[in-house]
Amino acid sequence: MTAEKMAARKGGAGGRGHYFDDPKRWKRLIAILFVVCAVVFALDLLNPLLKRISGFELRHPERGWEGFPGFYVFYGFLAYTAIVYTAKALRKGVMRDEDYYDR
Amino acid sequence: MTGSLPPAAAMILGALLVPLLRGRARSAWVLLLPVASLVLLVSAGEGEFGRVSIFSYELTLLRVDGLSRIFGLLFHIAAFIGLVFARRGGSALEDASALVYAGAAVGAVGAGDLITLFVFWELLALSSVFLVWARRSERSYRAGIRYLIVQIGSGVILLAGIIAHARATGSVAFDHLGTETLGTRLILLGIGIKAAFPLLHNWLTDAYPEATYSGAVFLSAFTTKVAVYALARGFAGTDLLIWVGVVMTMFPIFYAVIENDLRRVLGYSMINQIGFMVCGVGIGTEMAVNGAVAHAFNDVLFKGLLFMSMGAVLYRTGTTKCSELGGLYKSMPKTAGLCIVGAASISAFPLFSGFVSKSMVMAAALEQNLDVAWLFLLFASAGVLHHAGIKIPFYGFFGPDSGIRTKEAPTSMLIAMGMAAFLCVFNGTFPTWFLYPNLPYEVTYVPFTRAHVISQLQLLFFAVLAFVWLRLSDREPHELPSTNLDADWFYRRFGAGLALTAGGVARRLRNAVAARTVVAAGGAIGSARRYMGPKGVLGRTWPTGTSVIWVAILLLVFLLLYYANTPFTSALPPP
Repeated sequence: MTAEKMAARKGGAGGRGHYFDDPKRWKRLIAILFVVCAVVFALDLLNPLLKRISGFELRHPERGWEGFPGFYVFYGFLAYTAIVYTAKALRKGVMRDEDYYDR
Repeated sequence: MTGSLPPAAAMILGALLVPLLRGRARSAWVLLLPVASLVLLVSAGEGEFGRVSIFSYELTLLRVDGLSRIFGLLFHIAAFIGLVFARRGGSALEDASALVYAGAAVGAVGAGDLITLFVFWELLALSSVFLVWARRSERSYRAGIRYLIVQIGSGVILLAGIIAHARATGSVAFDHLGTETLGTRLILLGIGIKAAFPLLHNWLTDAYPEATYSGAVFLSAFTTKVAVYALARGFAGTDLLIWVGVVMTMFPIFYAVIENDLRRVLGYSMINQIGFMVCGVGIGTEMAVNGAVAHAFNDVLFKGLLFMSMGAVLYRTGTTKCSELGGLYKSMPKTAGLCIVGAASISAFPLFSGFVSKSMVMAAALEQNLDVAWLFLLFASAGVLHHAGIKIPFYGFFGPDSGIRTKEAPTSMLIAMGMAAFLCVFNGTFPTWFLYPNLPYEVTYVPFTRAHVISQLQLLFFAVLAFVWLRLSDREPHELPSTNLDADWFYRRFGAGLALTAGGVARRLRNAVAARTVVAAGGAIGSARRYMGPKGVLGRTWPTGTSVIWVAILLLVFLLLYYANTPFTSALPPP
């Protein structure tokens, strides 16, 4: 890596490092995400138990299938993944050079 | 009372002075106009104003009711924020056309009849194209021409529909129209072009990214939302629109994932968001129409905010291409933060505005047992998170460092983005303070239920988790400089090729015929040339578009004269 790029990484003339220059910060952010995901998933797993014990529901489903524990968890994850893979497949059909229409 | 001026005229006529002013005087003037116009609108109260008879048709120049009022309020807010944003470096041409454009949008949603609607409809097209051309590049010039052709075309189809409808019913009132007759179907098609219906959508993704950095902000606010208003007014409860809306939410998300230019990503994102609104209009229940209108309101603010953040990036770096950006949060931390507010709002995180409006449409779909449509909308919500929630802020500001170092966005831009961000959070957190009470129907929907908050957080955070997994395992699509073929290929390549081939054949044919004719009747050509040659009166080309523009301008002048002469002092009772 050239010295210039190194300087740029460190934030240019001031030489002050930037927040996400440190990979640990990204790791911490991802760790927080894991915790949040675990918590919101756990709520759904707790739900049937709570309902049986006390009749209290954390989330009352509009439809039966929507009440399946983790429905939104799986739907969100799978939909996102499906979108990315479909889009990558779409690229094979529609992607052209940047100046396609300018030629 | 509106005094002697309807709100639309304030901005349109006020724009005429803009070229004469400079510096602070111009800034003060252009910021004053939307405020003055808003005062006129609010003080008018509900009712119908400015009834005139023209060509034996009854026109209503201004109708303020629950549906038109909130769009009117919205357009004033959008115009004001956009004009604040445009303070740095915006030309007088942009200021003037933005004001006329905003005035036309206010006029269109205030139109109580179809003829007035048509006039403002064409004015929307004519004024907005300058926001594309003001970029002053070859690309933007060509994109603007394509944009103008499609927009004027939409107006011509609308006009044809209006004529057919008026002949069939004798009325030009703009109320519920339905899709029973040819006339109303043509009107729906004309509106559908402006609403970016599938296959008719490419004018948007083509022209908006080529506009100036502030031009795209105005463009994103008005044209498509006027179309949503027109659909809600004329076609609420049309079943077809449910599925048109679903398709609109679905297909752009795939294009948005692979698009390299972030402003074009936002263009696809707009079609996706309008899909939710069109779907709501199609469902047609009070809750669904409320949802569509509320989402239109929020969309103008968060999409405007995202377009402003990308406009600021364009202003500072000269590009909005993913493949050239990255690491900009180091130079533009405030812009990055405001962009994240817009991203959270469009992704519908709780306490951000998308959460309280998009869900109204979805709840209405479930209420009407449209389970399949609902599943598609939920799928599309995950797609929104990808391209608008993550892609825009991540690849714009946080992705791998491009080495670009620049300055933070100018203060005026930050103020404009701050206002939009504030309203996003305000509407998302306190929807019952301003947004819900101003919707056309009474709101019974409660957004903050445990079920809704939990399920939304699950959907969004696990979609983010999917992003992290795909990104870390290098499965995310790479950011590549590219053009993606879409429906516009048919007119930009196939149609153009066809026209060129046909032109070539015609030229050869003409040459052959001409050669023989010269031999056969040499002298006759000389006299024919005088009238039909390149300089002859009959030989000039008069495209249909020209006459449409002249008709629109004449009608506009006519209406403006009526504005000047008709007293607006008495509110007439509705018919």
